[in-house]
Amino acid sequence: MANILEVRNLVQHFDLTKGFLDRLRFENGLPKLVHRVAHAVNGISFDIREGEVFSLVGESGCGKSTAARTIIRLLEPKAGTIAYRGLDITKLARKEMIPLRREMQMIFQDPYASLNPRQRVRDIVMEPMLFHRKAKNRKEAAEKSLALLERVGLNPEQALRYPHQFSGGQRQRIGIARALAMEPRFIIADEPVSALDVSIQAQILNMLMDLKEEYQLSFLFIAHDLSVVKHISDSVGVMYLGSIVETGRKENIFRNPRHPYTRLLFSSAPTLDEEERCEPAELKGEIPSSINLPKGCAFCERCPMAVEICAQERPVLKEVEPGHSVSCHCMHGDPA
Amino acid sequence: MAERLLEVKNLTTDFHTFRGRVRAVDGISFHLDKGEVLGIVGESGSGKSVANLSILRLIEQPGVVSSDGVLFKGRDLSGLDARSMLKIRGKEISMIFQDPMTSLNPLYTIGSQIEEMLLLHTDLDDKGRKARCAELLAMVGITNPEERLRSYPHQFSGGMRQRVVIAIALAADPCLIIADEPTTALDVTIQAQILRLMERLVSRAGASMILITHDLAVVSRMAHRIAVMYCGRIVETGPKRMVIKSPAHPYTRGLLGSIPRMSADQRRLDPITGMVPSLLDLPSGCAFSPRCPRSQPICERGVPPEIKLDGGRSVCCHFPQLENL
Repeated sequence: MANILEVRNLVQHFDLTKGFLDRLRFENGLPKLVHRVAHAVNGISFDIREGEVFSLVGESGCGKSTAARTIIRLLEPKAGTIAYRGLDITKLARKEMIPLRREMQMIFQDPYASLNPRQRVRDIVMEPMLFHRKAKNRKEAAEKSLALLERVGLNPEQALRYPHQFSGGQRQRIGIARALAMEPRFIIADEPVSALDVSIQAQILNMLMDLKEEYQLSFLFIAHDLSVVKHISDSVGVMYLGSIVETGRKENIFRNPRHPYTRLLFSSAPTLDEEERCEPAELKGEIPSSINLPKGCAFCERCPMAVEICAQERPVLKEVEPGHSVSCHCMHGDPA
Repeated sequence: MAERLLEVKNLTTDFHTFRGRVRAVDGISFHLDKGEVLGIVGESGSGKSVANLSILRLIEQPGVVSSDGVLFKGRDLSGLDARSMLKIRGKEISMIFQDPMTSLNPLYTIGSQIEEMLLLHTDLDDKGRKARCAELLAMVGITNPEERLRSYPHQFSGGMRQRVVIAIALAADPCLIIADEPTTALDVTIQAQILRLMERLVSRAGASMILITHDLAVVSRMAHRIAVMYCGRIVETGPKRMVIKSPAHPYTRGLLGSIPRMSADQRRLDPITGMVPSLLDLPSGCAFSPRCPRSQPICERGVPPEIKLDGGRSVCCHFPQLENL
């Protein structure tokens, strides 16, 4: 199967210094200019196959949302390449991106912030259709938007209401209808269910799966909830401090996690099934700041298995079995 | 039989708004034994936080609380005057709030916020309080406690702030800790750390805990007993294992069916249809009846009575399900 998206060595960082005075520091009485840079994404690579769901999973601040925003070029990538259906979109001009934006749509995390409170729901769904000329005139767009709202489980009679008259789950449905209005092939869903109650979350997850089948969509799915990721994905990438530490097919990763961070993450996730609950190894400390990245492995300060080389050298992704790569110097289950 | 610590009888909380009366908590009764952890589970708006604020009498106008008694160690909290309540809050019953970013005062150091608790509720002298503060910080796993006492909340990460909030809650050796979504704002690895810490400290202090959360998985890890709330009522309560393995109320079943399981490969989840009704406009009879797959005409007519089942379970449903999941 062809890849819909190929990302290679993608880098994103943010300069935190605001101006000359902010950069000025004194060391031993001498003025010095310093740069403070947050390294949000440090060279990640992955592929998404046509019609599949690839999930980026990790804790807050690991760079998963920044990666998503960089891929759709809401943020300009600092290095690396992004290829969408074989076309390198890294350097495309704004104008050239527009026809691609039609095919790549985004669903945002917070259904309270991602809808314009002063627009009626019908207009929210109509606007992209008119902008991208998916509908000939307003009348056609209005008809289409009603059909879409019905498809995502809203009553078309409510189409003239404003977003504040809807609950969180319903708003997320509106956001999904807006994304579907473009008949996209590829959807980036940034934590689409994490703001919702569990019973609503399950409804939305089921709907996303149905839509995926119905419209042959491919997904980049960003989440921190492992059980959701396990449920929805075909492939998974586990991120830590801006790097993918382990990636592969879902079955491989969940059956046989090899990176110590992945293992800790999995054992930390609370579960309903008492039989499979293992007491997680105590994970010390917290995620280091992305401003001063460790020289070696990003996880080495917290890693229970760290050895000397981990602090010196950054590990690279190595394939441990077909479709399963791990970036670690001394991973679990190594014969050595 | 274990000693009864808290007994809540028929607690009701109303809010009178311009759009009508909102009954956030509708006649709930529950009890808590010494050393027990009770998990209260429900979705947002189910009244689980309001119920516990009502116990501590922290509901302000336009809220009105009424009950047939909130017995804590045999004393009725609902009849106490404001002064005596001040002595109970923090000293006997303390709270851990959801958001560690907002439950600490940004203008005071961590040390002075812990010390305030000791100043109010213990008779330690200046030196004793300082030592106790450092001891408390060390207990919740913060390294360099003496130095960290002089830090301000913004210098701490979310997980560390929640540790400080826990230290404050434990400062006066309370017998009951009410934790309102204590780990919801935290990442999973930090959540695991905090849950382990709370489990250890609560059992070491011999205290009891009411854990309020929307996350059934967290409850199944921590609690001895579970109470499930829906639209202001407790619809099912019982020992943890029984509620999770063989839930009797269709809402509990729906909640459990909505959670993707790590152990199984399912293609589809089995969610509850529809959504939580507005508290301003509750359906008549059983509040869950419009969403319930087993609803019958009787469900819309009358509020189901509480039915006692074996093993200390009870359920409010006309047609409880007794087979295992």
